[in-house]
Amino acid sequence: MLERLPHLLGIESLSREQIEFFLDQAKPFQEFQLYPLKKLATLRGKTVALAFFEPSTRTRISFTTAASRLGADTMALQAEASSLKKGESLMDTVRTLEAMKPDAIVMRHSSSGAPHFVAERLEIPVLNAGDGTHEHPTQALLDALTIRDRAGRLESLNVTILGDILHSRVARSNIHLLGKFGARITLCGPSMWVPREVEGLAPQVRRTFSVDRALEGADVVMTLRVQTERIHEPALAPDEYIAGYQLTPERLRRAKPDALVMHPGPMIRGLEIDPAVADGPQSCVLEQVTNGLAVRMALLYHLVGGPPADAPHPAKD
Amino acid sequence: MRVVEKRQLLSAEEISRTLNRLAHEIVEKSGGAHHVALIGVRRRGVPLSQRLAVAIKGFAQIDVPVGTLDITLYRDDLSTIGPQPVVQSTNIDFAVDNRDLVIVDDVLYTGRTIRAAMNGLFDLGRPKRVRLLVLVDRGHRELPIEATFIGQTIQTSDTEIVEVRLTEIDGEERVMLVDRVS
Amino acid sequence: MPLLVRNGRVLDPAGKTDALLDVLIEGDRILRVGADLRVNSAEVFDASGLIVAPGFVDLHCHLREPGQELSETIETGTRAAARGGFTAVCCMPNTQPVNDNASVTRSIIERAAASASVRVWPVGAASIGSKGGALAEISAMKAAGAVAVSDDGKPIATARLMRQVMEYCDSLGLPVIDHCEELSLSAGGVMREGPQSVRLGLEGIPAQSESVCVARDVETALLTGARLHIAHLSTLRSLEYVRWAKQRGLRVTCEVTPHHFTLTDQDVGYDTNYKMNPPLASRDDRHALIQGLADASVDAIATDHAPHHPASKDVEFDRAPFGITGFETALSLGLSELVHTGKIPLMRLVELFTAGPARVLGIERKIAAGQPADLTVFSTTHEWTFRAAQSASKSRNTPFDGRSFRGAPMATIVRGRIVFRR
Repeated sequence: MLERLPHLLGIESLSREQIEFFLDQAKPFQEFQLYPLKKLATLRGKTVALAFFEPSTRTRISFTTAASRLGADTMALQAEASSLKKGESLMDTVRTLEAMKPDAIVMRHSSSGAPHFVAERLEIPVLNAGDGTHEHPTQALLDALTIRDRAGRLESLNVTILGDILHSRVARSNIHLLGKFGARITLCGPSMWVPREVEGLAPQVRRTFSVDRALEGADVVMTLRVQTERIHEPALAPDEYIAGYQLTPERLRRAKPDALVMHPGPMIRGLEIDPAVADGPQSCVLEQVTNGLAVRMALLYHLVGGPPADAPHPAKD
Repeated sequence: MRVVEKRQLLSAEEISRTLNRLAHEIVEKSGGAHHVALIGVRRRGVPLSQRLAVAIKGFAQIDVPVGTLDITLYRDDLSTIGPQPVVQSTNIDFAVDNRDLVIVDDVLYTGRTIRAAMNGLFDLGRPKRVRLLVLVDRGHRELPIEATFIGQTIQTSDTEIVEVRLTEIDGEERVMLVDRVS
Repeated sequence: MPLLVRNGRVLDPAGKTDALLDVLIEGDRILRVGADLRVNSAEVFDASGLIVAPGFVDLHCHLREPGQELSETIETGTRAAARGGFTAVCCMPNTQPVNDNASVTRSIIERAAASASVRVWPVGAASIGSKGGALAEISAMKAAGAVAVSDDGKPIATARLMRQVMEYCDSLGLPVIDHCEELSLSAGGVMREGPQSVRLGLEGIPAQSESVCVARDVETALLTGARLHIAHLSTLRSLEYVRWAKQRGLRVTCEVTPHHFTLTDQDVGYDTNYKMNPPLASRDDRHALIQGLADASVDAIATDHAPHHPASKDVEFDRAPFGITGFETALSLGLSELVHTGKIPLMRLVELFTAGPARVLGIERKIAAGQPADLTVFSTTHEWTFRAAQSASKSRNTPFDGRSFRGAPMATIVRGRIVFRR
C-alpha cells in the first residue's frame, strides 16, 4: 500500500518503491485492454481536464482514452483555440478550468516547471504530461513497464539512449527512472546535444559520441525523436544525423541479440530509426503505446479514484 | 473500538465437509457440470474456488476451469472508503461467453460485492448463466441478490463480523464470529 | 534643533575610525564628532550598542519611474531603500522612456525632491534609448545630475561604442558602468548553465557570457585608460579579469550583489523569485565572489534592486522577467553571510556599502565635521524576520521572504533627518 501522491509531476522525486507500485498497478489495466468491453464505471462522475498547451496527438489521445475507459469525463483545452493566444496568463487559464470543477488536470506545456507552478496553486491533482525539456513521467513509466514485461526485470540493465538528450524530457524521465534501478546508462548523440552535465542525472551515466561504442552490449536501446518543430541548437543537417546516429540493423547488431528497441513516438522512419529496425522483432513501439493506456489508467485511478485525500475515514468501519 | 471473538462457526473439518457438499451440489444442479466454470472473488473466494475444482475433479473426473476476479474497479464505494484499495489482476483465461458461471465468495452480506463481480464478469462477455456460491450467508442484504449454493446460513447483528480464515491466506483454517465493542 | 547621535560605535572606513563617539548634526551637515559631546539642546538618538556608519550608497537599482509605476515608484523604492539603511541610490536608466536625455534626468531628480526618502542619483544611458547606436546626451545629463553612464539591462552593444563612451565619459569625469553579457551566448537562457539547469530542463546561460564581455571591457579600458565599473559581477572568470586590470593599474572597479554572495544555482527551482540576470552562479563562483569581497578586488556591494509587479512574476519560469528586490535585505545578508561567518571584518562590510561605492563615483563618504549628515545606524545582533508582504517596495519578488536574520538597519539619516527608524 502506498500513500496517495497529491500530484505526479516527475520521476526524479519518486522512490523506487513508488515506481514499482505504479508498475504493479498498471498490470490489471494492461489485462483490461484485452477485454471485449472496455468501459468501467470506476471514475463515473469524475472529470479530468486535459490542458495541452503544446500540440500533442498521441499523449492526448492516450489520456483521453484512459480517462474514458475508467468512466471519467474529459474536458479538453485546445491550445490553439485557447485564450493563451489572446494573452491570458497560464494561471488565469488554469483557474478558469478549475472553476469548472474537474477532479484532476492533465497538463502539457512548453515551459519546464509549468505543471509545478500550477500544482502549487491548485487544490486538485496535476498530472504532468510533459513539461518543456524537463520531464515526461508517464512516458518513463510506460517504458519501464514495457521493459519489465519483455526483459523480465528492470534492475541493472545496460540502457542506451540515442539523440538530443539535452532537450529531451523523455530522456530525463527515463534516466531518472532506470537510474533508480541500477541501470548503466549510455547517452549518445551529437556532442552539443549531450553536454557533460547529463552525466550527473543518475549514478551510472556515461556519454559517448560513437554510436557503435554506445550500442555495445546494450539490453535496451531508446531512440529519441529528432524534433523538427523544436529547434535543436545548433541545427544539424538530417543527413549528418542519419550518417552518425540513425539506428540501423547493422549498428543494432552491436547490442545484445535480444536487445529491446524503443521509441517514444511519433517517429520519423528513415531519420532517427531505420524502418527495418522500427518494424523488426526487437521493436517494442506498439507495446509502448498500449502500455501507455495501462499506465495512465493506473495513475488516473491513483490520483482521482477514491476519496479526496483529506476525506475523513467513514465512521461505519 | 475493540474486536472480540464470540464463537467459532465452522471448524477446519466442517469447512472441508461443507465444500465437499457444495461441490456435489454444483455437479448435481448443473447437469454434469461440463459447461461450468468457477470464478473466485478476491481474496478468499480464490482458494475456495480452487478447492471446489479439486473436489469436483476428485469425484466426477471433470476439469472445471477456475478464474480469479478482482472487483476493485467495480466497487460502488470508492469515493467513501479510505485508504484507496489496490487494484489487482483478474485472471480468467477462458471465454465467459455461453459459460455456466458460479461466482465463489466467502461471505454473503450486503450483496454489493456480488453486484460488482457481476459487472466485472459482463465486461468480459455474455455468460449463459451466473450463480453464486458462498461459504456463509450472514443476511443483511442491501440488494436483491441470493446465493444458489450456501455452506451455512447464520443470524448476525450489524456490529458482528464473520471472519473466514483460510490456510492459503491466513495460515489457519476456521470461520469465526467476532464482534466490535466500543 | 540639532540632532545628537549618542554613544554609537562609529565605524568609518574612510577615516579609519572605530570608536564609541557622539555625532552632532546641524542642518544637513555633520557639525562635530567626538566623545561625550556636550550640547545644550538637541534631539538625541541613543545609538548605544549600535554601529554608526557613513550613509550607505547603492550603486545599482531600478526605481521604475518613469514608466513602470505599477512595479515601483521613486517614493516607494526609496522608502524601501531607507529601510535597508541606504542614504543614496543610483537608479539605472532603463525606465520608460529611457533616461537618455537631460529632461528625463531632471524629471527624476524633481520627482525625487518631491517624494524620495533618500538621495536619488540617476545613471544616464550611454546610447540613445540604450539601443547601442548614437551616444546619448551625456554631458547634458551630467549637468542635470547624472552620476554615471550605463546601458544597464543590456551590455553596451559593441566594443567600438564602449570605446567611444569610455573616452567621452572620462573627459566628463563620469564612470561607465557596464552590464556585461555576451548576448549571443546567453540568448534564450533563463538560469546559469550547469548541472542544475540540465536537471530542471531550463535553458542555460553559460558563465562565459559574462566574462567574455568583461574581457572585452577590460581590454577596452586598457585601450582608453578610462574608468570602467562592472555591474553585478557574478563569476570567478570575470573577477580574474578585474584583478588583472587592477594589477595593471587600470581604473577598473566592480560590484557584487547580496544574492550572488548568498545563493547559488543549486537554489533555483521553478520559483521565479530565483530568476535574475546575471543568474545565480555556481558554488565555486559564489566562493570566489566572497573571496573578492574580502581581498578588495570587489569594490562595492550593490543591490540590483529590480522590482517586478506580482502579475509579471507569477508566470512560468521561462516567461518571467529577470530580477529581484534587494534594498531591505542587503545589509542583513552581508552580516549573516559575510561577517557572522567570519569571512570579512565588519569594517570591510561597511566599506563595501560606503567608501567603496563612493570611490566608484569619485566622491567621499565619511563621518567628519563638515560632511553631509548621511548616516546609517545598524545593529549586528538584532534578530528579525523579513516579510515580503510588509516590504515598503511595491513589489514582492524576493527569494528571501521569511528569512530570519541577525543584524538589521536601525535608523537611516539623510541630510540630517531620520528617514527610517526601526
